[in-house]
Amino acid sequence: MISIDWFLALSALLFCVGMIGVLVRKNAIVIFMCVELMLNAVNLSLVSFSSHYGNVDGQILVFFALAVAAAEAVVGLAIIIAIFRNNLSVDINNVNLMRW
Amino acid sequence: MITYIFVFLAVLAVASALAMVISKNTVNSALFLVLNMVSLAGLFLLLKAQFLAVIQILVYAGAIMVLFLFVIMLLNVEDEESLFSRFRVKYFVAFLVGIAVFSQLLYSIGSFSEMLPEVAPEMTEAGTVEAVGEVLYSQYLLPFHIIALLLTAAVNGALMIAQHKIKPGASND
Repeated sequence: MISIDWFLALSALLFCVGMIGVLVRKNAIVIFMCVELMLNAVNLSLVSFSSHYGNVDGQILVFFALAVAAAEAVVGLAIIIAIFRNNLSVDINNVNLMRW
Repeated sequence: MITYIFVFLAVLAVASALAMVISKNTVNSALFLVLNMVSLAGLFLLLKAQFLAVIQILVYAGAIMVLFLFVIMLLNVEDEESLFSRFRVKYFVAFLVGIAVFSQLLYSIGSFSEMLPEVAPEMTEAGTVEAVGEVLYSQYLLPFHIIALLLTAAVNGALMIAQHKIKPGASND
C-alpha cells in the first residue's frame, strides 16, 4: 500500500500545474480546463484522505464536487459562447469591459 | 506492483497536465485533459474508490469533456502563438507563484503527515457502490436533492445566457 503522502504530493503538483495554466494562458476555454484540472487535483486529495481513514464521507464530497463542476462547466461555457458572440474572440485580454 | 502502477499513472497525469498547459491547439489541450482524467480514474481505483473511478470517466471524461470539445469546435478558435515564443514578465511571475505554492503545500504535507493516525487496514474497504450509495441515500439525502435542483437551474441558466439576443449597435469593448 502506497503512503498517503505520495498521493497528496501528486495532488499538490497537479494543482500547481493547473494554477500556472490559469495564470499563463490567454484562451478562456483553456483557462477553464485548467480550473477543471485544479478541481480534479483537490478531488484526488479528498479521495486519498477518505481511503486512508476508511471513511466514505470524503468520497461523497467528491461526488458533490463532480456534480457542481458539471453545473459550473455548463454555465461557464455558456458565458464563453456569449463572450465569443459579442467580440468574436475568446482571448481574455479583449474582455476588459469591467477592468479597473 | 502497485508501486509501479502508481508511478506510471502519476507520471501520466503530470505529463498530460503539462502538455495540456503547453499545447497550442485547444483541441489537443482538451484531449490531454481527457487523458489526465483517465489516469486520475486509475489512481482512484488504486485508492479503492471504484464508484468514483467509474463516475470520473462517465461524467468528466464522457460528458463534460464532450461539452468542451463541442464548444471548441463550435467556436472554431484559431491557434495561439507559442507559449515560449517570447519572454514575458507575466510568465516568469506565474511560474514563480506556482513554484512557491507547490513548495508551501509540500512543506505542509511533510510536516503534518506524521500526525495522521494509523488506521487498521481492514477499515479501508470503503468506496464500493454499496458503501457510497448507502450513505448517500440516507445521511446525505437532502444535499443530493439540492444537487438535482442545482443542475436543473444550471441548465436553465446556460440556455438563457447562450440564447441571449444581442442588440445591434451595442458594442462590448
